[in-house]
Amino acid sequence: MTVNLAATAGNPTLNVTIFVAVVAITLFIVYRVSTRNTTAADYYAAGGGFTGRQNGIALSGDYLSAASFLGVSGAIAVYGYDGFLYSVGFLVAWLIPLLLVAERIRNTGRFTMGDVVSYRMKQRPVRAAAANATLVISFFYMLAQMAGAGGLVALLLDVHTASGQALVITVVGVIMVLYVLVGGMKGTTWVQIVKAVLLLVCVSLMSVFILGKFGFDLGSLLGRAAEKNALSDLILEPGARYGRTETAKLDFVSLSLALVLGTAALPHVLMRFYTVPNAHQARRSVVWAIWAMVLFYLSTLLIGYGASAIVGTDAILDAPGGENSAVPLLAFHIGGAALLGLVSAIAFTTILAVVAGLTLTASASFAHDVYANVMKHGNPEPGSEVRVARLTAVVVGCLAVGGGILAIGQNVAFLVSLAFALAASANLPAILYTLFWRRFNTTGTLWAIYGGLASCLVLIVFSPVMSGTETSIISGIDFALFPLSNPGIVSIPLGFVLGIAGTFVGERKGVDDPDRRDELEVRSMTGIGSG
Amino acid sequence: MKTMPSFSREHDFAEHDDGQPDFAAIARSAEFVRLRKQVRRFVVPMTLLFLTWYLSYVLLAAYAPEFMSRRVTDNITVGLLLGLSQFVTTIAIMIGYRIFAKRRIDPQVKHLRDRVGAN
Repeated sequence: MTVNLAATAGNPTLNVTIFVAVVAITLFIVYRVSTRNTTAADYYAAGGGFTGRQNGIALSGDYLSAASFLGVSGAIAVYGYDGFLYSVGFLVAWLIPLLLVAERIRNTGRFTMGDVVSYRMKQRPVRAAAANATLVISFFYMLAQMAGAGGLVALLLDVHTASGQALVITVVGVIMVLYVLVGGMKGTTWVQIVKAVLLLVCVSLMSVFILGKFGFDLGSLLGRAAEKNALSDLILEPGARYGRTETAKLDFVSLSLALVLGTAALPHVLMRFYTVPNAHQARRSVVWAIWAMVLFYLSTLLIGYGASAIVGTDAILDAPGGENSAVPLLAFHIGGAALLGLVSAIAFTTILAVVAGLTLTASASFAHDVYANVMKHGNPEPGSEVRVARLTAVVVGCLAVGGGILAIGQNVAFLVSLAFALAASANLPAILYTLFWRRFNTTGTLWAIYGGLASCLVLIVFSPVMSGTETSIISGIDFALFPLSNPGIVSIPLGFVLGIAGTFVGERKGVDDPDRRDELEVRSMTGIGSG
Repeated sequence: MKTMPSFSREHDFAEHDDGQPDFAAIARSAEFVRLRKQVRRFVVPMTLLFLTWYLSYVLLAAYAPEFMSRRVTDNITVGLLLGLSQFVTTIAIMIGYRIFAKRRIDPQVKHLRDRVGAN
């Protein structure tokens, strides 16, 4: 065990040094690139000044969280093919932003998802709904990242006490709030770019090394991986993780639906499309992001099987952190303590950057949708909106730290998949109907957003994630009436159906402004009228 | 393909008093209707296609594990090849859309924007 621990942690002093260096470099970048961020356009959208390529890399940075980096490759290392199924869903999902969403969102809105869904609807109720959905989704996503930070640092810095991990989470919170306050969208985007480039270079070099080690023969890599895996040949086949019961199969389908439909509706992904000057650059952003994802997810396949082949699952599962330690352990085997430190620092920066992006999104949604438009009816005093946004960022940071500390040691993977399911159920129907269905109206929007959000949350409360099994959050009692841990297969169709039903009900109350329909249609397709 | 420069009046969609373009007129114009139709005719079937293809893959993995576990060569399974083919189709659709948008959509959008003086 001591040997394993030492191997996992590498050299904590070296790790800390590399961590501090990376954080210092990113903070310096944020400081250097930050303009004064006095206008809302600067603070939320970097003045729309990024190119498609820069934003595409930043998008991949936002999307490739520590869960993807450590979680997916770890799952492939231990369960093989079932981990790879995740990768496929995460990648394919990007066709929805490419074909349906990115360019139209850029043409229609300015800062938030609320800008788009409220465009031709009654402003105040719809903006409030959009802000509610954004805040809930961002909060779940953020909790997972923060709790992940605690676990990661336990693994790499050898911090195992609860108070030690709480301290680390607090430090994470402080740094990310600094990124957001000092850098605004511009600084945060540059952090994402730096992090994404480091991550992509790191995973591609590791994959090339692994392939080289097995003579560029995928078959022999897989063979060796199966030999050194406790599940042996089963890792080449589906079902090693999810099992082959009927419920497990359905749960897996549900999760896949949430992944493929949720991506396009994640608020922090949507907000990225406002940082480029026009729809053409928004399209280029997605194209660049897809290339980055292809590279990344192909690499996770090789790294995952490579970790199984080179490190072996016995060592991985024995290490503190279990599955999640597959990549760090592999790095240690390949490049010693230095590579381990570097990989860890990249994983740590990943968490910082993703959490900063989420904080910015949540604060923008509150300040722009709730404060400026709902409370001040669209006429806030000059400068007050950005002040509110900064204040909100601090509040969100505190909430995330508090929630993250409470979530230490919880099963956090489900939080991320829940965020995807929430986004797909609450946001996607409203966004797609707004853009592609002329009859869609205010009532339809409210039904879709609140119906999708509520059904998703209720199903989660009554799922095995909350109660009824050994790994549930609440142990001892069983109120798991809903058998699946991911609610997507029910709540996503429900969101779409409620959008239609609400529209028909709303039509009896009279129609929304028909001129705005033409305006949205023309504007979303051509960008005429948008800045 | 190069677009024709605006032939008639420079800004033939009369602006409203507030300087906003006349969106209703643009929305009804033949050019816009055609543009919208062409875009939808590409993106809607393409979306349905890739979703169907992805869901069949997911359903195969869940409900036909024996098929997915079949070995093509020593350790390469049908499932792995199908998974990698999802990568290939994603790239193909992306490139296809890029070419389509550049050749067919962008010139029409530019033409419309020129006519309202939005460029």
